[in-house]
Amino acid sequence: MNIFIYNGTFEGFLTAIFDAYEMKIVPDKIIPSETEYSLFPDNYYNIQPDKEKSDRVWNGLKKKISENTCKMIYTVFLSESAMEKQLYDFICKIFDTPYNIESNMGDANILNLRNMERKVHKEAVRMIEFIRFQKMADNIFFASISPAYDVIPLLIKHFEARFTDQKWIIYDLKRDYGIFYNLKETVQMTIPNLRVSHNSGQVSDEAKDIDENLFQSLWQDYFDSINIKERKNPKLQRQFMPARYWKFMPEKNRLR
Amino acid sequence: MEIAEKVKILSASAKYDVSCSSSGSNRPNTKGGLGNAVYAGICHSFTDDGRCIALLKTLLTNNCIYDCAYCINRKSNDIKRAAFTVKEIVDLTINFYRRNYIEGLFLSSGVMRNPDFTMQQLAQVAKELRTIHRFNGYIHLKAIPGASEESIRNAGFYADRLSVNIEIPSEQNLQKLAPEKNFKGILQPMNYLKTNILENKEDRRKFHKTPMFVPAGQSTQLIIGATPDSDLQILSLASGLYSGQNLKRVYYSAYLHVNTLESRLPALPEPPKVRENRLYQADWLLRLYGFGLNEIIDETHPNLDISVDPKLGFALRNPQLFPIDVNKADYEMIVRVPGIGIRSAKLIVLSRKFGKLGFEQLKKMGVVLKRAKYFIRCNELSANNIKDINPFQIRKELMSTTVLKRHADELQLKLF
Ligand code: SF4
Repeated sequence: MNIFIYNGTFEGFLTAIFDAYEMKIVPDKIIPSETEYSLFPDNYYNIQPDKEKSDRVWNGLKKKISENTCKMIYTVFLSESAMEKQLYDFICKIFDTPYNIESNMGDANILNLRNMERKVHKEAVRMIEFIRFQKMADNIFFASISPAYDVIPLLIKHFEARFTDQKWIIYDLKRDYGIFYNLKETVQMTIPNLRVSHNSGQVSDEAKDIDENLFQSLWQDYFDSINIKERKNPKLQRQFMPARYWKFMPEKNRLR
Repeated sequence: MEIAEKVKILSASAKYDVSCSSSGSNRPNTKGGLGNAVYAGICHSFTDDGRCIALLKTLLTNNCIYDCAYCINRKSNDIKRAAFTVKEIVDLTINFYRRNYIEGLFLSSGVMRNPDFTMQQLAQVAKELRTIHRFNGYIHLKAIPGASEESIRNAGFYADRLSVNIEIPSEQNLQKLAPEKNFKGILQPMNYLKTNILENKEDRRKFHKTPMFVPAGQSTQLIIGATPDSDLQILSLASGLYSGQNLKRVYYSAYLHVNTLESRLPALPEPPKVRENRLYQADWLLRLYGFGLNEIIDETHPNLDISVDPKLGFALRNPQLFPIDVNKADYEMIVRVPGIGIRSAKLIVLSRKFGKLGFEQLKKMGVVLKRAKYFIRCNELSANNIKDINPFQIRKELMSTTVLKRHADELQLKLF
């Protein structure tokens, strides 16, 4: 088996595709370096990420397929669900077929990718819905998240457009990195020794703005009062708002 | 009174208005401003009853000079009364918004002093949010029948959506239950808004600087099951409002017997949610699937079939139209197949030019074959379709007895 190992970034992944073409080797697997693998009896290729190579692949794609499909490739990549080989197959098909095949959902490979894109996109939408910011004493709004897929890159545009006049941080506790909007731009960062409760996503009371807990409790009051008891329907509630998101939502997690 | 107490009273008083949608507007953020509106709308939470929370939905006050029989806030009820100040409601909106709890504000009110005064108070809140706080999130205001055109127009330049609730689906029953209201009074602001919204759209095409006027349009609500009005009456009214008044949405609200001593209204043991759900399904067929009203309901069947959804009902009443060939039929016919939604129909049309589709592929595209199989033909042969099986048999197989039973419970009918 030919196994390509790359550094886990999108750039590294596209470089792997470039190298596969150049070396004329068909990879059986393309895996990020943190994946566990046996040392025997496969052929391993360590891919060195290369901006120029990855740009060439990406620009080549942009010429052959729609923007929407380019976005799909990136979105599927963010799934971290071992989709690299399927993406590779798709990209080869795009380069090797003289006509445009991107909307052929009759092709199992393409339909699989579209369905995975939908899942990742859905997760990003749920973050946009369910993220809860806490106002901190230093006027920064902080939100903890723990999404199923690595969706932070898909959130930037939405929150930049919406909250332009406040500083904010969205932090992925699972992957230990976040984004910080500083009123000018959004930068990626990792906060060493972050003091956040993993049960509630809450920062410590000392770190909060003095009114933060008041607004959380008013929000809880609102959430309770707007409910119609006679129509109770927990199944429907979970269908729209699965329980795995509740941990960081003050209306559903009253631990504080 | 403490702010928490006011939140509890005034949002509990507003909860019977089922709309909480934040859709229909793509108001952009402004320089130094706060927020924007997203056309599709965003839900930020779901209540224990499974409804979307997109907006801070509240009354300015639950004091009301009117006495509508179906309303918890009517003046003859002995309940706790409260009122927000403009500053309080503005602070709540901004602080909830900045924390990503909400898309904006849905502000309604009991009628204070007179309708025009009430309308002005609502507009004042919206004005402060937009001008002082440069708030560009979503604002939905109630338009109060009887308010002056000037006050309604003023509100329309700050709001994304305005709504007037009809509540009772027929004139004669409305008169009985809400003596201060009538259809003419309700349709007046609707028609006024419709004309102004259309004009504003035209103006904005010509002059880009023209401020937006109710960009997300109007909506209304109808109460289901409080009066003997049939589904035919309800859906005719709704489809007339879509075409005549250009409404964006009609909401259906299963009747809740809140005023337990009110003898003009039925003491239903539970809100008729099953019927409400069927009406929403019929409404989708009207708005999104291109169905005509008479394809869904007519004089001979003035009420929707509770045991099957209206799309399946249509297919069973029209067996001569099926089965259709998914590899050839028009999109319009494909979306009419029970078990095929809009997304799947689009995927089918997009993909079939590359090769004929079979059942396995349809399934992966999200088609519910259990329902669809009777009504389609594809690359493979399906043994049992509507040509071979009697529609009654299909109906029996696909209808939901649990739904029927639930419906009977809601109306306390003993059918089983
Ligand atoms: S006018 Fe509105 S708030 Fe007043 S009683 Fe009638 S429905 Fe209730």
